[in-house]
Amino acid sequence: MEIVQTLAVILDSTIRLSVPLLCAAMAGLWSERAGVVDIGLEGKMLIAAFASAVIAYKTGSAWAGLGAGIAASVALSLVHGFAAITWRGNQIVSGVAINMLAAGLTVILGNAWYGQGGRTPPLEGAARFGEIELPLVETLKSVPVLGPLYDIAVSGHAAPVYLALLCVVLTALVLKHTRFGLRLRAVGENPAAVDTAGVSVAGLRYAAVIICGALCGLGGTYLAVSQSAGFLPQMTAGKGFIALAAVIFANWRPWPALFACLLFGLLDAIAIRLQGVALPGIGQVPVQAIQALPYVMTVVLLAGFIGKAVPPKASGLPYVKER
Amino acid sequence: MSAAPIELPRWADTALVPVVSVAAALLVAGLVVLGIGESPLEATALLLKGSLGSLEGLGFTLYYATNFVFTGLAVAVAFHAGLFNIGGEGQATVAGIFAALACLWLAPLPGILLVPLAILAAAAGGAVWAFIPGYLQAMRGSHVVITTIMFNFIAATLIVYLLVEVIGKPGSMQPETADFAKHATLTPMHQLLAPFGLKLPTTPLNSAFLLALAALVAVWLLIYRSRLGYAIRTVGANPRAAAYAGISPAKITMVAMALSGALAGGLAVNEVMGVQHRLVLDFTAGYGFVGIAVALMGRGHPVGVGLAALLFGALYQGGAELSFDKPTITREMVVVIGGVVILFAGALEGLFRRLVAGTLRPGRGG
Repeated sequence: MEIVQTLAVILDSTIRLSVPLLCAAMAGLWSERAGVVDIGLEGKMLIAAFASAVIAYKTGSAWAGLGAGIAASVALSLVHGFAAITWRGNQIVSGVAINMLAAGLTVILGNAWYGQGGRTPPLEGAARFGEIELPLVETLKSVPVLGPLYDIAVSGHAAPVYLALLCVVLTALVLKHTRFGLRLRAVGENPAAVDTAGVSVAGLRYAAVIICGALCGLGGTYLAVSQSAGFLPQMTAGKGFIALAAVIFANWRPWPALFACLLFGLLDAIAIRLQGVALPGIGQVPVQAIQALPYVMTVVLLAGFIGKAVPPKASGLPYVKER
Repeated sequence: MSAAPIELPRWADTALVPVVSVAAALLVAGLVVLGIGESPLEATALLLKGSLGSLEGLGFTLYYATNFVFTGLAVAVAFHAGLFNIGGEGQATVAGIFAALACLWLAPLPGILLVPLAILAAAAGGAVWAFIPGYLQAMRGSHVVITTIMFNFIAATLIVYLLVEVIGKPGSMQPETADFAKHATLTPMHQLLAPFGLKLPTTPLNSAFLLALAALVAVWLLIYRSRLGYAIRTVGANPRAAAYAGISPAKITMVAMALSGALAGGLAVNEVMGVQHRLVLDFTAGYGFVGIAVALMGRGHPVGVGLAALLFGALYQGGAELSFDKPTITREMVVVIGGVVILFAGALEGLFRRLVAGTLRPGRGG
């Protein structure tokens, strides 16, 4: 029973830690499947975290915060789209710019408005997303193994957690089974063909970039308004880049991306638990080694030592209509 | 980078596009200042006074500019080979580790040997950390952008591990090494110039500044006057044509990345050996990313990089002074300006080219 309890607790924190990765990974997936490379996931999550914390504090409503987070993130997405799609600029350069803009603006505005070195005031009550108790928790508690697992790991998360999981399902379904999804994937592989079929390449890419912004908005809001009780400078701490790694790791497919994010979240959860614990036979594992693992694994994968990463064919290439 | 480049006269291409984008970036910054309820004019005056208005301010400006010269050149050299090295932070971090190890382990050596060896160690550390992504792109086909991003984070965890568990100062709660021996550090500029009768105020400016000037000249010679530089520019312009001409793009990719990383190592020389005199966490402080703005603004040319580094040095120092007088305007303003410059001079280059072309040839532009 002890083991089940421990496993459930680890699974619980894995899910909590995976959510921002999950949102950003789905965001990156949408953008990159449409052929727009986005290394600005980090910046978009950061600005969303800030905007959501500010508005949630002002209005006292976590949902208003979510709206503001999504709006701020989509605004940055549109800047990226304007540079990358309309002006066919370098998508990497634009992503770097967005990350820097977000890193700077959040601290400047936060400091100017609240004077706490960039932090926003702590959120309380309805300004934060509360835990949602799923039905039947009490009834199932007595069921061995599954009962506690359901109680601790599955139930009792905040609304953005379930929203994020819903987004994975929606992403997978829409990309795979709808006309919009098919066209969107086609635009990432062969934009000229889509153009020939009379569908707007720019329109589809803008749609992808906006969806990407909305998902980053959800991830950032979760960080500031659910996981923490307010915004801290640089609170995304590289999560946007781990999400990028997860997308590569999953070969730009939604379900594998979910598992990559859960895996990276699990690593994070283990790293926290293993702090200062000696493992039998291995001794003490440095926390930093576990933290570096997602990055190392991505490098190894990209180098083709295990498996092969196959990005969408037209990813990163601006589309020029033939005249 | 835009697919259908708009032709501009050479002078406009080299001067006008960066100037227009910087002006636009400063305008955006001014709007932000206005938005938080301060006067942009007053802020500009304070900024200029703080960065250029006194010898002390100037010293700090040149010290920051030293960092930007190194990181800007690092990005520029890779650009010439058609590579985008956003791993300057990680490369400088590893360079700092190498330099610190040299300074600590080789301390019995006299300064005249120790300092050059430590500088070489820094360059080697940066070069190794950039060579691996270069090798992986050239030989294994993984993209240098993603790999350098990952290497930034790997370097960040590596330095934490080393400082906390391995080379940290015993008994200290701070993640830092013991102080280097006096003869292992670079000479501050005010001491260096004192024998010549120049009395300068005490600033972090040190002899790494001279190294940065030398690096500007060396990179100019390398890129525009050497065989290797020609090969680098050819690969950057057209890898296939380069291959036909007998230049191996794979080899040039690796060499250019290693050179780029070595230049990023200069940041560690200035910060670790010149100012901190010990290895600390986060000494790279975002200089690597602002280096991208410096390189883009300087159009990859050492003269441009030098001028852009000076501008960002002044912004950094002026921004620090400004935040003393106006606590609502923090130093992060420089990061915003850097971001907007990267956006305008880099990603939105096409838009600005059209604007410039439109102004130069009214009626025919667009």
